[in-house]
Amino acid sequence: MRAHLGRRYRLSASHRLFSESLSDAENQNVYGKCANPHGHGHNYTVEVIVGGEIDNATGMVMDLAQLDGCVSREVLEPFDHANLNTLECFREVVPTTENLVIEIRKRLESTLPRKMTLGVRVEETSNNFFEYYEEPIP
Amino acid sequence: MILLTRKAEFSASHYYWNEAWSAEENARVFGKCANRNGHGHNYTLEVTIAGDVDRVTGFVVDLKQLKDVMEQEVVSAYDHRHLNLEVPEFKTAIPTTENIAVAIWRRLDGKIPGKARLHRVRVYEMPDLFADFYGDF
Repeated sequence: MRAHLGRRYRLSASHRLFSESLSDAENQNVYGKCANPHGHGHNYTVEVIVGGEIDNATGMVMDLAQLDGCVSREVLEPFDHANLNTLECFREVVPTTENLVIEIRKRLESTLPRKMTLGVRVEETSNNFFEYYEEPIP
Repeated sequence: MILLTRKAEFSASHYYWNEAWSAEENARVFGKCANRNGHGHNYTLEVTIAGDVDRVTGFVVDLKQLKDVMEQEVVSAYDHRHLNLEVPEFKTAIPTTENIAVAIWRRLDGKIPGKARLHRVRVYEMPDLFADFYGDF
């Protein structure tokens, strides 16, 4: 039997939405106050869903401590209380939440077991969220 | 097709224990959840129904009837109970959130009123932890 386990995590980070390939005026036009020079921050919620067979012996899809460990190491430690623009992964990529959800998916799929499916949802505020739908880990 | 979700809550106690294992092995795998005196949660159940909107009523499913089915089949059996000791399906299955979602699917499948069908059972053990089951046996 296949089931899906979901877990929600929180991280706080700052960012500035600004593209070097656009002029200041264009950045202001596209990103509005998100392009203000000194950045701003959010309390993000990261929801991770892993799908797989329920293990007969444990009744679990995945060991929760293992999932927490992966998310903590790959996502929370590098991103929590950081300025996203200063991180290597966002040096040439604008740290929109679309790009953040893609980056989080990439980091988790490299460490989770290959037989799982993985979905990621990031809530930037209580009014907007971004989803990377559950797909098999390649 | 429309998806419609109804929530319900129940409070129950449980513990995790595999009889085939030693006490040490249970403690290693399940940690605090293996405490044989049990512990409890406020669970939130979300039942998602899939179906077409009835032209006459404008409903996918009659919400009152759905609420009654959830109450009769699940909440009345689980609320303020010890899942391991008082709910028959957990004599043989460890009441993890995953197995609770599967058990609730079995209790509800075939009992959804009208033409709609069960799409997903989601069980929150805590606001930050949930399991989904889509009938993928």
